[in-house]
Amino acid sequence: MKTINALNVSCYRHLNEEIDSTILTGTKQIVLNNVCGQRYIGRGLENNIKIQIYGTPGNDLAAYMDGAQLEVFGNGQDSVGNTMNTGRIIIHGNCGDTVGYAMRGGEIYVRDNVGYRCGIHMKEYKEQTPIIVIGGKAGDFLGEYMAGGAIIVLGLNLKDKNDKIVGQFCGTGIHGGVIYLNNSHLYDKSVFGKEVLQSNINKTDILFLKKYTNSYKKFFNINFNIKLELFGKYIAVGKNPYSNMYCNY
Amino acid sequence: MSLDFNVPSFEVIRNEKKCIQCKVCIHQCSNMVHVYDEEDAVVYSNNNKCVNCHRCVTLCPTEALLIREYPLEFRKNTNWTRQAIKEIYKQAQSGGVLLSSMGTPKTFPIYWDKLLLNASQVTNPSIDPLREPMETKIFIGRKPNKLDFDNEGKLVTVMPPQVELNVPIMFSAMSYGSISKNAHEALARAATELGTCYNTGEGGLNKAFYKYGKNTIVQVASGRFGVHKEYLNAGVAIEIKIGQGAKPGIGGHLPGKKVGEDVSATRMIPIGSDAISPAPHHDIYSIEDLRQLIFSLKETTRYSKPIFVKIAAVHNAAAIASGIARAGADAIVIDGLRGGTGAAPTRIRDNVGIPIELALASIDQRLNEEGIRNSVSLIVAGSIRNSSDIVKAIALGADAVYIGSAALIALGCHMCHSCSTGKCNWGIATQEPFLVKRLNPEIMYKRLVNLITAWNHEIQEMLGGMGINAVDSLRGNRLMLRGIGLNAKELQILGVKHAGE
Repeated sequence: MKTINALNVSCYRHLNEEIDSTILTGTKQIVLNNVCGQRYIGRGLENNIKIQIYGTPGNDLAAYMDGAQLEVFGNGQDSVGNTMNTGRIIIHGNCGDTVGYAMRGGEIYVRDNVGYRCGIHMKEYKEQTPIIVIGGKAGDFLGEYMAGGAIIVLGLNLKDKNDKIVGQFCGTGIHGGVIYLNNSHLYDKSVFGKEVLQSNINKTDILFLKKYTNSYKKFFNINFNIKLELFGKYIAVGKNPYSNMYCNY
Repeated sequence: MSLDFNVPSFEVIRNEKKCIQCKVCIHQCSNMVHVYDEEDAVVYSNNNKCVNCHRCVTLCPTEALLIREYPLEFRKNTNWTRQAIKEIYKQAQSGGVLLSSMGTPKTFPIYWDKLLLNASQVTNPSIDPLREPMETKIFIGRKPNKLDFDNEGKLVTVMPPQVELNVPIMFSAMSYGSISKNAHEALARAATELGTCYNTGEGGLNKAFYKYGKNTIVQVASGRFGVHKEYLNAGVAIEIKIGQGAKPGIGGHLPGKKVGEDVSATRMIPIGSDAISPAPHHDIYSIEDLRQLIFSLKETTRYSKPIFVKIAAVHNAAAIASGIARAGADAIVIDGLRGGTGAAPTRIRDNVGIPIELALASIDQRLNEEGIRNSVSLIVAGSIRNSSDIVKAIALGADAVYIGSAALIALGCHMCHSCSTGKCNWGIATQEPFLVKRLNPEIMYKRLVNLITAWNHEIQEMLGGMGINAVDSLRGNRLMLRGIGLNAKELQILGVKHAGE
């Protein structure tokens, strides 16, 4: 375990180089203190590395990450887990826009809320299935162009019971993957993109949700009771949404 | 469905005296144009299905086949042309967006053909490239504002990463999916032999091609297909694709039927799923955001590779290019109006963007005026057809060019403009195994090598004629150009004088 104080390392390049050289010495666990907006922390980082981040890491946290585990004691900014391949990110707070943009594998847990376009163009490939678990609520365009993986929105700690946990245009352009939303009875079709299909939740879904809500509880050390059968399951109408749009000429 | 009003585009003419009914045409045509009638023992042709790719004509052993434009005349009308009418029939029938392939067939001005090169006479001697050194090697990447040397004359300035090219010609981005694996292999092997680069396009990099990494540019587009750490580190440069000349402002869809096992593995998406590239990168809404992506790639590759940013040539290209240079890109790729594509909506392809010559001239001018021209290399694309186009592009300010259509033509493309159907009879724009097999990369890569070698000789001859002995010395040297038949505004934008001036 090595601790790096990021207070006076305002340039992300230097901070990331320091993390690299620390890992080169064989250190597998790093604590970053006083992080304040430095970008790209954990970019491309591989297996067996664990980083605890205190403060607010900058944009593109864990970009192209490839197996490492990051835990943020604070908020994340935009594009957390951008094009991430595998690994795990745990955010004890909120996140900005485009969380998990084009991520192909791994897990992102956000304790509270996320901004716009979370999970945009998430994919999956063979055994790689990316998962995003959001404890609070999500902004507009959740799961836009989604092509794989799963997004789970728990809707905990809402101020108003009728507060919606997802914004407008949810799942617009979705052609793969699945979105689970708590208290689905609150949503009519107007919230979703036209490519979204509501599907019945089954036993496999319940088991899946149980697994990831339990992980959420464990990571954030929170206990709550939630009726998993009240979740709505939203999938793509088809995996070829634009196949009839064109005529060859 | 109502009656299809469309008449065939082409007529297949079979010389019955020459036809020996060997059925080669039947076997070769993936569009099923030729059919053998058992009862009458004749081969006949469905004109309706013909795309005029010349496969049957080329392979017919007795030269019995000829294809020509379907001779049926519409009543003469310069406004309602045959094409305008056919397009309406097509859309009224299908309700679909018209989809086209390859570059626009419209008659936009081709400025390369309205520019003339200079040559030395008397006052400064021309150079014979056969007997004297003639440098066509170039380096793509950011060049420092100044160079510092120590007391012994050794360079102490740390040079930003550069890509070394033996010729100022690269093969432009064509994804695996839009073109076949064999076509990719031919491009990769030719690039390796020539000492230049090919470009993966946005479809990821097949495992089999990692060995060509030293001659590979990997692309990152809005779909982020097959993009991961190993991929980013696989090539010598990374290209962020913002736009494409044939379809500025819109994304792309590789239909699920073209996503077989191998394409799926390369793009890292499920088999049969549409590969959708959104129109924008959703993490780029500004120059600052572009900078963020550029530096995320630099960070992930430890600042070891130049980052290219590719845009379509559009109205404000010069201002955009300035922003890209300031965002930290090492090279800007500009793709012009006449650029090719595997598939683009026809209306976009034929109406959006500006010719590459004008965009290049204005970008080079703008970057020079701002004193940042050295901070980026300029690579141009969008219908480079021959070596003189390249020499003119360099004189207008380009560092290098990308060729796409020209490379495919070297591989056997006959410009039938039907790539999007996936039935390419030449094994180029298809994923059908029996068609892909027709393109033998072992033989075909040599045709690419031949083409570029020949062009390079021609470039050397033209340089020598101008009394210049290095591509680097021609760059932006617009005094070597004169316009012919251009108006004052065009000459002003191109920054050249009229012939005779």
